[in-house]
Amino acid sequence: MADASNVDAFVEFERVQKSYDGENLVVKDLNLTMPKGEFLTMLGPSGSGKTTCLMMLAGFETATHGDIRLDGTSINNIPPHKRGIGMVFQNYALFPHMTIAENLSFPLEVRKMGKSEREEKVKRALDMVEMGAFGGRRPAQLSGGQQQRIALARALVFEPELVLMDEPLGALDKQLREKMQFEITHLAHRLGITVVYVTHDQTEALTMSDRVAVFDDGRIQQIAPPDQLYESPENSFVAQFIGENNTLEGTVKEINNGIALVQLDDGELIDCKPVNVSKPGERTRVSIRPERVEYNKSRLREGAHTLNAEVLEFIYMGDIFRTRLRVAGNDEFIIKTRNAPDQVRLQPGQQIEIGWLPEDCRALDA
Amino acid sequence: MTDISQSGPVLAADGTPLKRSLSRALRMQKLRALMLIAPLLLFILVTFILPVADMLFRSVENRIVQDTLPQTVEALADWDPASGQLPEEAVFAAMAADLQIAAKAKTHTRVAKRLNYENPGVSSVFRKSGRKVGKWDLATDGPFREKLIEIDDGWGDVELWRTIKTYSGSFTSGYFLNAVDMQLGAEGPEVRPENERIYNTMLVRTMRMSLIITFSCILLGYPVAWILANLPARKANLLLILVLLPFWTSLLVRTSAWKILLQQQGVINDTLVWIGLVDDANRLVLINNELGTIIAMTHILLPFMILPMYSVMQTINPSYLRAAKSLGATDWTAFWRVYFPQTVPGIGAGSILVFILAVGYYITPALVGGTKGTFISNLIAYHISTSGNWGLGAALGAILLAVVLLLYWVYDKVVGIDNVKLG
Repeated sequence: MADASNVDAFVEFERVQKSYDGENLVVKDLNLTMPKGEFLTMLGPSGSGKTTCLMMLAGFETATHGDIRLDGTSINNIPPHKRGIGMVFQNYALFPHMTIAENLSFPLEVRKMGKSEREEKVKRALDMVEMGAFGGRRPAQLSGGQQQRIALARALVFEPELVLMDEPLGALDKQLREKMQFEITHLAHRLGITVVYVTHDQTEALTMSDRVAVFDDGRIQQIAPPDQLYESPENSFVAQFIGENNTLEGTVKEINNGIALVQLDDGELIDCKPVNVSKPGERTRVSIRPERVEYNKSRLREGAHTLNAEVLEFIYMGDIFRTRLRVAGNDEFIIKTRNAPDQVRLQPGQQIEIGWLPEDCRALDA
Repeated sequence: MTDISQSGPVLAADGTPLKRSLSRALRMQKLRALMLIAPLLLFILVTFILPVADMLFRSVENRIVQDTLPQTVEALADWDPASGQLPEEAVFAAMAADLQIAAKAKTHTRVAKRLNYENPGVSSVFRKSGRKVGKWDLATDGPFREKLIEIDDGWGDVELWRTIKTYSGSFTSGYFLNAVDMQLGAEGPEVRPENERIYNTMLVRTMRMSLIITFSCILLGYPVAWILANLPARKANLLLILVLLPFWTSLLVRTSAWKILLQQQGVINDTLVWIGLVDDANRLVLINNELGTIIAMTHILLPFMILPMYSVMQTINPSYLRAAKSLGATDWTAFWRVYFPQTVPGIGAGSILVFILAVGYYITPALVGGTKGTFISNLIAYHISTSGNWGLGAALGAILLAVVLLLYWVYDKVVGIDNVKLG
């Protein structure tokens, strides 16, 4: 993953560790390299170390061990106010005693910028987030979404090359969140800034990022572009955490020509793509995405492996159908099918055969 | 349902105007609320509002001269004090008659005391005459001018008569003028001679020292409040108990403790001498002066400053400071431009609390203030309990009240009273 000698690296974490109490490591051996202009999302459950990493990059936490470099210089000993990193906070942290314009002017004032230049930049930043008319208001007079835009404008107004965002959309309702996701990505790409974005919302991570780093237990479990992450998870944590996923447990029988033969716990044998299983006899979790499962025989590829399944529940969701099945002893096997004109609606109690392509079925660690 | 389309006042379902219907529905609620607060309201009315009103009234009330010397007051109506001439015989006759009645009722000493406030010496003139006038026959013993002057030549002083005439009204501004070191002279209000001035000095000293105490409390309290607000809850609670601990100890005990610590043979001086910082012959004077009062009162009032500041600081999210630093502010700029302005409501609330408490403080200045460190409240107490000049005490109290209200108003104009937060 990480390559410390990478000359293009803009942000680098090299063997970074962090402990708060001297007994447990919150961040264990973190290596990460980001090129300039990348939008990277740190995704993970709470307590996985992602926010700690962001805080170390911002300078509010010091790394217990290791090196953090920005544009080739180690910033371990540089105080936060000299790092020149823009930051958007979860609660926006707009200064309540200042007007919007004063909030935006603050980073320019502390940089001793002249008044006319300040005013011009503040105006440009406000226009950028379409909030030009709100300069005279106080933060408390704005809605959550408007405050979010102002927080963004304030983090960008002093033209930092790196902007950190700590769950900035967490407090917004769903519709506004989706709208802001697009706005932030567009803005970031238009300005060419490098963004490190922290979230626990995987949809947000997938829709916004160039690359996603999935954190768990103080480590990066996988770092990859969204499509790779979704389609080729490298371990069961990533497979479980990103998107919906069906898991069948079993034992590896043999591995041949890039195909693993797995015997499921109820005795069925299936072909899988071995991802992180290496030898026969190993326990494995087989992962299949719900939308890659097919039960319409005409759509199944010739010779595809099939399993028997019983329909337990059928849910009509408008654009898709979501069906819960019992497969190989697993009652929580979900399949999703598009609401197409020729699609069959399954009935609970119905016995069907399901199948998938061997490459969509990934044998991961147990 | 019935009133959707009609114009005019909105009607309730039974046809009565909705407003009347609503107020009827709320009346029971209001009545119940009133009944709940009625005992306290009554208590405050009887024990606080009425006494305060009575005291304020006493600062202008002056019926005693009119009531005790009615004939004299009437006879003096035509006399012009500016003429420099003594009043006519009729006035002296009236005075003799009034004195006879008053001496019998033993009220002549009271009016003498009242007039003595304005013109020192009057008291003895009245007392001396009261004893003798009782034996006179008003019909035959005249003329009284010579007889009165014979008893005490104070009666021959135009000033005495002027004082009686000046203070013969039912209401007087005399107490208030006195309270600001002025008096009613021949040509209206005038400043008292320099050696008789005391109250202005005391008022200014009270204000100045209260301000010093308030600022000392801010300086000492701010860091404590900051630490309290930024510690984990368990430790903060423990420290908060330490801050509140003094409240559980009697004020008198705490003040006496300062006496022990600060006196010249006290703990602090002994320690300094023992270390060698201070020479035994030149022990520091830490008590019975302004310094003593400031030290003791700052200590006593400190919790009133810390608590409102703490509760305000607690609500300030630490991410504001982080945001400021990420925007390029140094630690100091972040504190001064972002954190401090948000704590101003707490400082304001604490300052108002401490200042108003300090201005009216009595026990501590009385015990550790000596003569140089006493407050105006000590003078008020003196007039109420020792000298018996309630009118002057009331006037001083009223002025103090007015000054506090004025400062409150100024604070509201400058900082804004809605900028005060107690939590």
